[in-house]
Amino acid sequence: MAGLSRAFARGARGAGETGDRVLFWLCAAAGVLVALTLGDIVYQLISNAGPAISRFGLGFIGHQVWEPHFGQMGAATLIYGTVVSSVMALAIAGPLGISIAIYLAMLASPKVRAVVGPLVEMLAAVPSIIYGFWGLIVLVPFVQSIEPGLNSALGWIPLFGPPQTTGISVFSAGLVLTFMILPIVASLSRDLFLTVPRELREGAAALGATQWEVIRGIVLPSTVSGVSAAMVLALGRALGEAIAVSLVIGDVSAIHASLFQPGATLAERIANQFVGASSNLLIASLWYCGLILLAIGLLTSLAARWIAGRFDVERSYARAVAA
Amino acid sequence: MTTSTDFAAPDVPLFDPTAPLTASGNLRRRDAVDRLVRVLATVAAAIGVGMLVIVVYSVVTKGASALSIGFVIHNPVGLVGGGIANALLGTLEIVTIAALIAVPIGVLTGLYLTEFAGADSRTGRALKLGLDLMQGIPTIVVGLFVYGLIVLPLHQESGFAGAVALAIVILPLMARSAQEVLLLVPGSLREAADALGVSRWRSVLTVILPAATGGIVTGAILAIARGAGETAPLLICDSIFNTQTTSLNPFHGIPSVPMYIYTITEEAVSGVFVRAWGAAFILLVMILLANLLARVILARSRAKMGAS
Amino acid sequence: MTVWDSTEDRARDDQPVPARVRIRTGARTPTIASHRAQGVRINESRPVVFDIRDMSVYYGSNRALMGTSMKIRRNLVTAVIGPSGCGKSTFIRSLNRMNDSIPSFRLTGQVLYHGHDVYGAGVNRVEVRRRIGMVFQKPNPFPKSIYDNVAWAPRNLGLKSGLDERVERALKQAALWDEVKNRLRTSALGLSGGQQQRLCIARAIAVEPDVLLLDEPASALDPVSTASIEDLMHTLKNRYTIVIVTHNMQQAARVADQTAFFSLDRVDQVGTLIEYGDTETIFRSPKDTRTRDYVTGQFG
Repeated sequence: MAGLSRAFARGARGAGETGDRVLFWLCAAAGVLVALTLGDIVYQLISNAGPAISRFGLGFIGHQVWEPHFGQMGAATLIYGTVVSSVMALAIAGPLGISIAIYLAMLASPKVRAVVGPLVEMLAAVPSIIYGFWGLIVLVPFVQSIEPGLNSALGWIPLFGPPQTTGISVFSAGLVLTFMILPIVASLSRDLFLTVPRELREGAAALGATQWEVIRGIVLPSTVSGVSAAMVLALGRALGEAIAVSLVIGDVSAIHASLFQPGATLAERIANQFVGASSNLLIASLWYCGLILLAIGLLTSLAARWIAGRFDVERSYARAVAA
Repeated sequence: MTTSTDFAAPDVPLFDPTAPLTASGNLRRRDAVDRLVRVLATVAAAIGVGMLVIVVYSVVTKGASALSIGFVIHNPVGLVGGGIANALLGTLEIVTIAALIAVPIGVLTGLYLTEFAGADSRTGRALKLGLDLMQGIPTIVVGLFVYGLIVLPLHQESGFAGAVALAIVILPLMARSAQEVLLLVPGSLREAADALGVSRWRSVLTVILPAATGGIVTGAILAIARGAGETAPLLICDSIFNTQTTSLNPFHGIPSVPMYIYTITEEAVSGVFVRAWGAAFILLVMILLANLLARVILARSRAKMGAS
Repeated sequence: MTVWDSTEDRARDDQPVPARVRIRTGARTPTIASHRAQGVRINESRPVVFDIRDMSVYYGSNRALMGTSMKIRRNLVTAVIGPSGCGKSTFIRSLNRMNDSIPSFRLTGQVLYHGHDVYGAGVNRVEVRRRIGMVFQKPNPFPKSIYDNVAWAPRNLGLKSGLDERVERALKQAALWDEVKNRLRTSALGLSGGQQQRLCIARAIAVEPDVLLLDEPASALDPVSTASIEDLMHTLKNRYTIVIVTHNMQQAARVADQTAFFSLDRVDQVGTLIEYGDTETIFRSPKDTRTRDYVTGQFG
């Protein structure tokens, strides 16, 4: 009897151990799959860009001409457009997002915060195709109407050059990108501000400081690395956006000082020319652009992690961009 | 006890304590600055909300005129007739396949991070790094990858390839939300299962996962909502400029709502933009509703876990 | 050293009793303003800083503090004692409007500070806190250097000239200078708990307020740090009026001139001021049985 129950127990334990092992390997396999996918992405991009890399080398990055018919392709104009449109978006969305975060974290009553906060987060839920389409139909004509005014008021800055006939421009792309990255900055910064312990804010207030002085002296300095990381993440998002930008920027390979001219970015060039591309060199060049974009994406993720240091910006980011 | 000579005679006080309690010294100026900051921050919040309102308003007003029951349940007839039923079904199909891939893998990844690798272990940190990097990859690059992985070898664009690309896009989100919600499962539940001698896999299956169901479902809904609107991977892997296709075989090209809208921007036929607005309306409503639903479920499951 | 001379039971005030003089280090010799020589405590001749009239505190519809009336006087240490949960913290935080940040907070009655109602219309909250400083139970140094912690509030107030001297003076008054004078630029978070609390005290006195409110300043500290903070009370009260909440009766007996005993009303469970008077009386011959029970350790 005793022997039987011992055998039964051993059998049951054995099943437990097998089950545990199966679970472990399933989970580990998932993790390995993630790693393999990453590696394969890098491999695929490099190998498919191969023909263009061997033809153009690193000069691809500095070369401005993009003429598939003549077999001449260079990404300089694309990189320029990518950087300019994204930096413009961050220049607006950064301060604006931090101000919204200050409002939500420090000034709004809990009831208002519970309504306005999700509304701002909803900006991240709107798909890029809708931003692009809306940008094309609504924003571009609007930009077209304000370009002359901006030019006459700020024309002494080369950024605001003579207006174009349409509103299709780097400026419009920057504005659309602002819509898309604002929720990232605002939500992450708000979460960061709310982590500043209440005792610190109370202690500062008890010293006879105004609300702004508490923000400026205590809240902002203790969250500066997190907020910077949030801005880097937002910038990364803008740098990689293809669809929304493709509908409003014009896909013109040219570098201009003025924002009011059409331009092109790495991501939207791929979106525009990949489908139906016939020349193998063109296709490989587009893969090459993809490779550059991959490098940019990986670098911004790493930079954001490094800046944030120990703070877990990641969790709030997931919420912000998944919304 | 310290004796300090600074106690000799009290200094001239900086202010008159018996004066009325209104701003003294430089407080007037500081109060003005404080008020200005409040105004600016409130204006910023108004702008933020206004931005959402502008976009939603445009979509709603411009798309409403295209809407009808027929728009939703009929297939297109030519360029400007019929509905977008095929695109809606296509999106549903693609998103479902993507979820079937990404949700289980995401949950397993989350389980690995919470059950097997501690947050500080080498594999745990490497996996989190990998997920972060994956999340930072532009979606068009993901599309290119799957193009090279699936479309090129099969010489066939397909909804399936698009779904795989979407799965890669939403996997990091799914893994992260699964990990978060699994971490929220009270340690007492795990300890109780261990104390009863229940094997790990059984406690995961019967105790931990059920407790985390609300959060996992929420994460899945949000991830799916995100995937439903992604256009770039579909453009590369499932690019179908023929919006008339009614076949839903996922291993060929199938239509989808984002691609439908994108395609229309190429057309210059009058009366066709309104259909794109209608499609955008439906897409936006679906996504915003999904977000609301996710929040409601999350709030309810939080209340349940808080009460337990 | 303190020489405290108690007079006889106040109930026998028909008999003239010579008043004795209290001697404390550094104190000015107080004048006896009352026309009644017997039974008059020196304390009561001091000017009134806080005149609290029937103050009640509500959180939403819950009453947290029963109508309280008392006078807090200049350059004295007034202790607020009582069992936990009896509203001591609520009371002291109401004096400088630190409860305003709690959404459901409501106050009735008057808190007159030098004759001005702290909750009156047109009162500037920031100004109130500038004059009535506060040190909290848990030390809360800013994540800045020791110097910047102390210098932050003066900089806000525009007291930029002589900042170094101001910081040094504040740290000396808080009995922290010698320990930190060689590392003023290092982070305040590297200090021990007791040092951090003395830093918070230095921070509060760097702007030279009129009143210092201390909400259980030593409860989170070890006995050595507690002793040094109690020592500070004796020196600080020459410049400031001090109100200190403490759950430690012995501490109140050691440092306080006046003591207020709060407790929960048995019926309503609302914080109520039971008895208020000079410390000697409260501890040696309290009038209320509840006070007697508490100070003799029967409960709480």
